[in-house]
Amino acid sequence: MPTTDQTREFPGAKAPERTGSIDSSGLRLALNEWGDPDAPVLAMVHGGFDFSRTFDVFAPMIAEAGWRVVAWDARGHGDSDHAHMYGWSADVRDHLAAIQSISSEPIVLLGHSKGGGQLLDLLDGRPSLAKAFVNLDGLPSQFSSPDVNDRERRRMRRADLASGLDRRRRRNELSRRPDTIEGLAERRQPMNPRLSREWLEYLVTVGARHDDEGWRWKIDPVLHLGGFGPWRPGWSLDHLAALEMPFLGVLSGVQDDPMGWKSRHGDIEPYLPPGGRLEYYDDIGHFLHIEQSRFIADLVLEFLEPLR
Amino acid sequence: MTRSTEFLVNGSLRLALHTLAEGEGRPLLLLHGLGEQSPMSRPEWTSVWNGPVLALDFTGHGESDVPVSGGYTPEGLMSDVDAVLAERGPVTIVGRGFGSWVGLLVAGARTSHVHGVVLFDGSGAVGGGSQPPTPYVNVLPASGTTKPDPYALLELSRDPRPPDYALDYVRFILEDSEIENPIVVSARIRPEWLAAVASDIGVIELPLEQAIESFA
Repeated sequence: MPTTDQTREFPGAKAPERTGSIDSSGLRLALNEWGDPDAPVLAMVHGGFDFSRTFDVFAPMIAEAGWRVVAWDARGHGDSDHAHMYGWSADVRDHLAAIQSISSEPIVLLGHSKGGGQLLDLLDGRPSLAKAFVNLDGLPSQFSSPDVNDRERRRMRRADLASGLDRRRRRNELSRRPDTIEGLAERRQPMNPRLSREWLEYLVTVGARHDDEGWRWKIDPVLHLGGFGPWRPGWSLDHLAALEMPFLGVLSGVQDDPMGWKSRHGDIEPYLPPGGRLEYYDDIGHFLHIEQSRFIADLVLEFLEPLR
Repeated sequence: MTRSTEFLVNGSLRLALHTLAEGEGRPLLLLHGLGEQSPMSRPEWTSVWNGPVLALDFTGHGESDVPVSGGYTPEGLMSDVDAVLAERGPVTIVGRGFGSWVGLLVAGARTSHVHGVVLFDGSGAVGGGSQPPTPYVNVLPASGTTKPDPYALLELSRDPRPPDYALDYVRFILEDSEIENPIVVSARIRPEWLAAVASDIGVIELPLEQAIESFA
């Protein structure tokens, strides 16, 4: 692969057919769409450190089956504005602003990882937004390091606090480190060990920006993994139990994937809403919709068929 | 004296730091409650403090800037106080209500720069309680320059404050502190997090002026 090449292709990946933006109290969120604009709407919400173009393979599969797929970049991610402040509740509110700008009628909502967890919060407070909800490995029941003792947990929290404050002190000097397409893909690989290098290089070309020094991820450099404050994964299960719309949850059972909450079927099943459905795959990693796009798309489409 | 004001840079925003009294030595830093702003002059209860008396307007309050589209969290506002620590070095903190919560957090996160924290009554002490309240999600009009920022009032009155989370910060402070009683509770109103803090064996309770005097 020539290192001077500025583009990459990936089998099945399609750029959005329409782009736009949403205003969330003055903050601009980038919007992408695939499929017939008059088709029923399915909105996709990405996870932490992802962006809406990570749906470039999965979204077209759903769109080709007769859905208008809409996805937006969270604040500070992808092509959306960087914000002065970030937080779980602000993301949830941004999702509300996006959904209200797309449709005044209930739509299908699909969230992956953190996006799925945030939709649980949103739908507990605003159940009329959705006529169905699909959650892809975004059902937190425990922290991803469940075996640490209290002392170690406090040490980790303290280190996270200090590094977060240090980063915010230097925020005006921070920038994402430039690299080649191959270099950025290699640096992302530890977060996505089950995804191909070909896919990660494609992601660089849609999720990073090229300047004189090379490619840099667009994500706000002040953001870092963690920083959830007092938030407890178990709080999300209360929201899950409160749902009343048709629900499909899909869990990855791969316990050594570095991303995700590692919830098991037995952790979640007692909290399923009436009629809710839960699928568990111990051979698909956290990024199910990327690793097994066709399989997960077919599963989602089969679940949604009665709603067409 | 009439208060003087300087502006600290925190990212793209300016924070107003007021000097209410000049003096030598370690400053006393006042953190106001939710929806409040710094006092215009030195409160009487600080008279026992011989050093400088400073007061910070939190983001979205008083003379500090208002961010676009909220996103307020107590943990995020620790960086407001951290900007003061970066500029002025070690301080002793007196927090009112919400300011007492942020004061505890930042004292735990920057133990070498916070020489004692006093937790006092004031607005916003309770937050959202020990568990998350029923979700209330609403998009407000762009706030512009309205102060206090409506998003600050919305988001910082609903943040959960579990007692065991508060106690993590107590442990951070007690593990590092070189003074005998670095956390003093003067508040009479005790939401669950503050009741847990007050009942910790390493925390003492004193009336406000005595608490300040203990760090002078």
